[in-house]
Amino acid sequence: MKTQAEHAEIARTIPLDKIDVSNPELFAIEALHPYFARLRKEAPVHYCAESAYGPYWSITKFNDIVAVDMNHKVFSSDHTNGSFVLDDTTLNAVEGGISLPNFLGMDPPTHDVHRLAVAPIVAPQNLLRFEAKIRERTKNVLDSLPIGETFNWVDRVSIELTTMMLATLLDFPFEDRSKLTRWSDVVTTRPGYGLVDTWEQREQELMECLAYFQELYAERKKLPPQPDLVSMLAHAPSMQNLTPTDFLGMLVLLIVGGNDTTRSSMSGGAYAASLFPEGFAKAKANRALISSIVPEIVRWQTPISHMRRTAIEDIEFQGQKIRKGDKVAMWYLSGNRDEEVIDRPMEFIVDRPRPRHHLSFGFGIHRCLGNRVAELQLKVLVEEILARYSQVEVVGEPVRVPSNLIHGFIDLPVRLHA
Amino acid sequence: MPKIIFITSDGTERVVDAATGQSAMEVALDNLVEGIDGDCGGLAACGTCHVYVDPDWIGKTGPAAPGIEQEMLALTDNVQETSRLSCQIKISEELDGLVLRMPEAQH
Ligand code: HEM
Ligand code: FES
Repeated sequence: MKTQAEHAEIARTIPLDKIDVSNPELFAIEALHPYFARLRKEAPVHYCAESAYGPYWSITKFNDIVAVDMNHKVFSSDHTNGSFVLDDTTLNAVEGGISLPNFLGMDPPTHDVHRLAVAPIVAPQNLLRFEAKIRERTKNVLDSLPIGETFNWVDRVSIELTTMMLATLLDFPFEDRSKLTRWSDVVTTRPGYGLVDTWEQREQELMECLAYFQELYAERKKLPPQPDLVSMLAHAPSMQNLTPTDFLGMLVLLIVGGNDTTRSSMSGGAYAASLFPEGFAKAKANRALISSIVPEIVRWQTPISHMRRTAIEDIEFQGQKIRKGDKVAMWYLSGNRDEEVIDRPMEFIVDRPRPRHHLSFGFGIHRCLGNRVAELQLKVLVEEILARYSQVEVVGEPVRVPSNLIHGFIDLPVRLHA
Repeated sequence: MPKIIFITSDGTERVVDAATGQSAMEVALDNLVEGIDGDCGGLAACGTCHVYVDPDWIGKTGPAAPGIEQEMLALTDNVQETSRLSCQIKISEELDGLVLRMPEAQH
């Protein structure tokens, strides 16, 4: 495998038409940024003719991404037209993958019906009842961490906290919650990436997930409606014809959407604290900055690297002819580093003037539904970290997820200073 | 200079000066009016600048426009008849005294 520095040189000299930013190896060592910088400058709407996922377009500038994300009539995310991720096997029954339809992969009007059925539980007014619980758990997790010793922040903090939150939203049996983490990881993987050996194994594990939730569903159906996601699905009048496939698809959206993303933000936040200690010190002195630090973590980390659409008619976009059927990747990771929209984009700045103006949650009708739950968890975590430590130090090279979708960490070796 | 009156869900009033040509969302952000986020910068793409236009004023602002504004409002929490995305309300002299109420929270 090449180093970051070698990739920076390749990114500078390689012919434009040979650039393939979907290669997971580039994500494993965070070597993407020089490629994205070149595309933003020289080919902001770029065609890659050959990749592991077939030909695809890359949209890399902030405002172009917003334009594609909002134009859902031309750039469809419906699973019947394609998928909302580059790799068709993640959610569709192609190669060894299985069909996991959900409303992020649906166009209106079905999209709206499904979204509105689950929206209330993550509406900000309803989140207030979670805050005390989130804080108590966050305190417990942090209080259990060693001072002055190296440990993996991803396992001990990020996974622990996000999985507990997800278990709460689903009212999932708490002692079994590590299953949620496993299922979440299994969805976005393929054989050969270290998590499953075969497509059959992946399918079998996802079927276990379905069976587990079908049991919960049957129990809750018999009880009066409760404010958890499974009960809501069991009782929502518009959700009564959900097939097992649709049910699994919906679960996958909630599990991956709510888990890997917030997890990556919690890890990214710790990494940022280590790389930008002046910012950390500033925040410690002025806690009012927390409201801008939270969105800055989400921007800087960009937990979802891309979302994909499929053109359902020919369209001329920024001088390029995109044809019906073409795959179009919106690289949020690149747009959030677009220097024409974001000042000093590579830096983590705790007092940016308009920190909420970032792409990490997407825009348009598919804009992230769980953004406030994620921000609430991050807010509490940042508050409790600032209240405890003088420094969060990353002491070794982080190990990253080899994925062009999930922009996160497997191992972040951290040492805390009292 | 037109004045805009923002009222939070608990009834707190803020009267602020606006420049014509600005959107009501920009007016709120420039004056640090709490309760409007404006995450997308004013493109009707995020739904975090939701307001309820005072019924006496809806004739002057007009209702939500067909297309993206209505599509986004269809997915927004607690929408009412006079709901608008404030980034789509352009301030003119005619809107001097406009009253906008804010929801409990933006989502
Ligand atoms: C920092 C954390 C998070 C990030 C960065 C994130 C990112 C995203 C992105 C990029 C999209 C697609 C936007 C688009 O296509 O325009 C999305 C959609 C979605 N997210 Fe999140 N997400 C996060 C947390 C969560 C949480 C905690 C939940 C659930 C509890 C959640 C549930 C969803 C759902 C249901 C959708 C589909 C919305 C639709 O299609 O209408 N997300 N998220
Ligand atoms: S600012 Fe995003 S919809 Fe108005």
